[in-house]
Amino acid sequence: MKEYEVIIGLEVHAELSTNTKIYCNCSTSFGADPNTHCCPICTGMPGTLPVLNEKVVEYAVKAGLATNCEISRFSKQDRKNYFYPDLPKAYQISQYDLPLCIGGHIDINVNGNKKTIGITRIHIEEDAGKLIHDAYTGDTLVDMNRCAVPLIEIVSEPDIRNADEAVAYMQNLKSTLEYLEVCDCKMQEGSLRCDVNLSVRPVGQKEFGTRTETKNLNSFRAIHNLIEFETKRQIEVIENGGVIHQETIRWDDAKGIGYAMRSKEDAQDYRYFPEPDLAPIVLSDEYIDNIKNSLPEMPHIKKERYIEEFGLPEYDAEILTASKYTASFFEKTNSLCNNPKAVSNWIMGDFTRMLNEKEIEIYDSKVTEENLATLISLIDKGTISSKIAKQIFEEMFETGENAKDIVEKKGLVQISDEGAIKQLVEKIVEANPQSVADYKAGKDRAIGFLVGQIMKETKGKANPQIVNKLLLEIINK
Amino acid sequence: MSVSKEDVKHIAKLSKLSLTEEELEKYTNNLSEIVNFANELSSINVENVKPTAHILDIKNVFRKDEVEASYNREEILKNAPSKDAGCISVPKVVE
Amino acid sequence: MDLYSLTLTDIAKKIKNKEVSIKEVLDSVYSRIEEVEPKVDAYITLTQERAYQKAEELQKKLDNNEDIGVLGGVPIAIKDNICTNGVKTTCASRMLENFTPIYNATVVKKLEEAGAIILGKTNMDEFAMGSSTETSYMKKTKNPWDLTRVPGGSSGGSAAVVSADMAYASLGSDTGGSIRQPASYCSVVGLKPTYGLISRFGLIAFASSLDQIGPFTKTVEDAATMLNVIAGYDKMDTTSANLEKVDYTKALVNDVKDKVIGIPTDFITDGINPDVRKAYDEAIETLKNAGAKIQEVNLEYAKYSLATYYIIATAEASSNLGRYDGIRYGYRAKDFNDLDDLYVKSRTEGFGEEVKRRIMLGTYVLSSGYYDAYYKRAQQVRTLIVENFKKAFENCDVIMIPTAPNTSFKFGAHNASPLEMYLEDIYTVPVNIAGLPGISVPGGFDKEGLPIGIQFISKAFDEKNLLQVAYTFEQNTTYHNEKPTMKEEK
Repeated sequence: MKEYEVIIGLEVHAELSTNTKIYCNCSTSFGADPNTHCCPICTGMPGTLPVLNEKVVEYAVKAGLATNCEISRFSKQDRKNYFYPDLPKAYQISQYDLPLCIGGHIDINVNGNKKTIGITRIHIEEDAGKLIHDAYTGDTLVDMNRCAVPLIEIVSEPDIRNADEAVAYMQNLKSTLEYLEVCDCKMQEGSLRCDVNLSVRPVGQKEFGTRTETKNLNSFRAIHNLIEFETKRQIEVIENGGVIHQETIRWDDAKGIGYAMRSKEDAQDYRYFPEPDLAPIVLSDEYIDNIKNSLPEMPHIKKERYIEEFGLPEYDAEILTASKYTASFFEKTNSLCNNPKAVSNWIMGDFTRMLNEKEIEIYDSKVTEENLATLISLIDKGTISSKIAKQIFEEMFETGENAKDIVEKKGLVQISDEGAIKQLVEKIVEANPQSVADYKAGKDRAIGFLVGQIMKETKGKANPQIVNKLLLEIINK
Repeated sequence: MSVSKEDVKHIAKLSKLSLTEEELEKYTNNLSEIVNFANELSSINVENVKPTAHILDIKNVFRKDEVEASYNREEILKNAPSKDAGCISVPKVVE
Repeated sequence: MDLYSLTLTDIAKKIKNKEVSIKEVLDSVYSRIEEVEPKVDAYITLTQERAYQKAEELQKKLDNNEDIGVLGGVPIAIKDNICTNGVKTTCASRMLENFTPIYNATVVKKLEEAGAIILGKTNMDEFAMGSSTETSYMKKTKNPWDLTRVPGGSSGGSAAVVSADMAYASLGSDTGGSIRQPASYCSVVGLKPTYGLISRFGLIAFASSLDQIGPFTKTVEDAATMLNVIAGYDKMDTTSANLEKVDYTKALVNDVKDKVIGIPTDFITDGINPDVRKAYDEAIETLKNAGAKIQEVNLEYAKYSLATYYIIATAEASSNLGRYDGIRYGYRAKDFNDLDDLYVKSRTEGFGEEVKRRIMLGTYVLSSGYYDAYYKRAQQVRTLIVENFKKAFENCDVIMIPTAPNTSFKFGAHNASPLEMYLEDIYTVPVNIAGLPGISVPGGFDKEGLPIGIQFISKAFDEKNLLQVAYTFEQNTTYHNEKPTMKEEK
């Protein structure tokens, strides 16, 4: 089999977190009853006209600046014409030849390999409504709440070569948009979603292969799996002497299979033309500079600060700053307990593992910064052992209860009273002469058994340092 | 350039219109006549002429990002030919 | 003299002075409608109930000596492509036969705030596409000057109701001459203001970059009063101009001594009816005698306006009319197999022939491979036409040309060739292409007694100059005093 190179470009749609829609004053908030965030304008009633939301321009410029794009001084909006039940005007207002931002890039890091992914353009456009399948009647129902929610579309260069790079790019983009607070990036709600354009070509071939497009992927896993699937599929087709058709793939995430939806023979002709109902967007250097100066501390700057200010290893700093929410959780927790490395360990360790298991975001977790700080303080003061702490944390995670309350309720305070521990150690030594003999014969492992017996007796509450110290003292006496 | 029957079939499809054979004939003639007339523009020298984007010299017309009350759903759906469960109902959308 | 035959200015005065009650005025107009409408067929919808209700409210206010607005109690008609909350707005199309807007157009709001009473909605060419009102799905409106002829279009109904004293004024819309040409055919005043002077919010779009709302009135004075009410910035319309408010009635001065009238001789060529030519020459004399300076101007690109117009207007229309798909409102075909079938059948059955022709033409000029040759080139030629007018206005205040090359024609006269009908718009279209204001004023009659309109054009937002010249012309002629025959002439 030949070796193949995979060429991937992503088109990412991010719903902007403005209060109102792009061309009217209806709310953009998610989850309302169908067709209750609508007015004559966003439902495309005859005679209505759009007026652009100023925040949309500001947010798109922020995204452009944070991804190293050039901001267009002159930009305009265009109509993209096609019929679909979720598109009330039968045209989507988008940007065609003069988008707001052009020519940027972001850097990704996959297993230590750094790479730059080019960004072709970022443009503003309106979202479409939602189609709901009515299982009872077999009809499709149209909910127009999402119609004209503002979007930016971020188009990458075909610089991505595999699923890991695609996911890293998406993660970086997500983190950037979160830092900017221009998109809430809730992928499961569809506020951040991605179209994958993918083709393969034998290594060494200059021209690109025919590409397929998969629309609206809304999890990292789906992106990853689709790319693996589609890469394999295309290579197999070519290896078997077939040809790739330019078509749209529908990805069934549950089954892990993609289906060809329609061939592009029937290619859409969108008949783009300048939107006559909207004015050009002309941005001054001053406007752009003001936005530039208002950008928040971005991840790579924050990372350097964490290394400097908190003495964290680069690895920790990178992971903690990858998400604005994680970084903010870290900083707040640390401000309460002042133990950066411990906070970092907790967040990067058990906490992240449990979040991943539950598939929730850190801001949706029941564990608050205050609670984690309390837990760490309890360990630092020696009130509880770190082993007990893990147990407490699990409970905090499940119930959201305060660490102190759990400790008190369950009587988990560490036993650090040397007198009491000494008594216990003597009792255990006496009861296990064989282990003592083994130890003296040079079997170091025997000591572990004895410590285990003591911990078992105290339900893990004995201070392990004191247990170790006293045990050795008594045996070696 | 003249308009062919194939052109008219294609644009009817894009416009979601269906034409009888007779209509196809007629529209092809009509459109050819009009397009031929419009071809007089091709004789004009438009080198370095900027296309008119807007007849008025306007730019940066914006709206504040402030929520106003939306309409009642009954109003929004009042003119809909078919509705169900607070939504507009259409034949199954096949992807 | 019957109340219905008075001008808007006079009836407003009589109401304010309590010489007549608002109800008496309404009674007079509605009985006139009852008498004449069966012959003219100019209204699609009448709104008596609302009108009388509004009349009562206004009368109460007036009796309490409260201000009822400049148009307090004056009955006015609205073209049926301007949205009226709770009142059917059909665009004279089967597609919107049962469409009831849930909001008011900005102009409707402004009229009602000024005390106007809406009599009903007037007939028009379907989606304002046509020059004769014959493409209406609803009815055939007749020209009050000869019931065998068209009233012009697309605002034929709005012109006819004012001409036949079935309203004191009406609103129309003008994309390529749709106010001025029917005003000319029906011998009333029709004003198409500068693009951007009047909000388009609530005007059902035909061609967004060309559409503009304007009034039909019996006199230039009435037009100035109407303009005062409906002009002005609207935050709902991005293309609405944010300018200082102007009192247009201040322009009503019978004086053109310091005005230079531009005559584009090259543009007025062969196709013109000799009677129209004669009326035009007389109009030049009239203004000359009134003291105006006559100046020849060059509009070499104006002749390309028509081709430019039919590309830009249909391109925008093809997009604007996409929303009529049988889903959210409007006509939905009864039988269909699937979604695509629903689209195709609803649109095929819901739109008339002319609308389909323009949708397809517009789709054609925007489709891939043709965009540069047609749409882009048309927008470039548009730039040349705009420049052309700018230059012409360096040498004159107001340009005068006939409104239409011919007078009203018989029904069906242009059925064979749509292009022939399009050519009737040759004198009105350049104004829309350049976004300028234009007004048609009664300017005489042809041998058969059919009205001829004279058109004045000014710089953008220079309606004051425009109205002053039009007013002076009107005051120095008597054509506007003639009333239509309401007969079937030969």
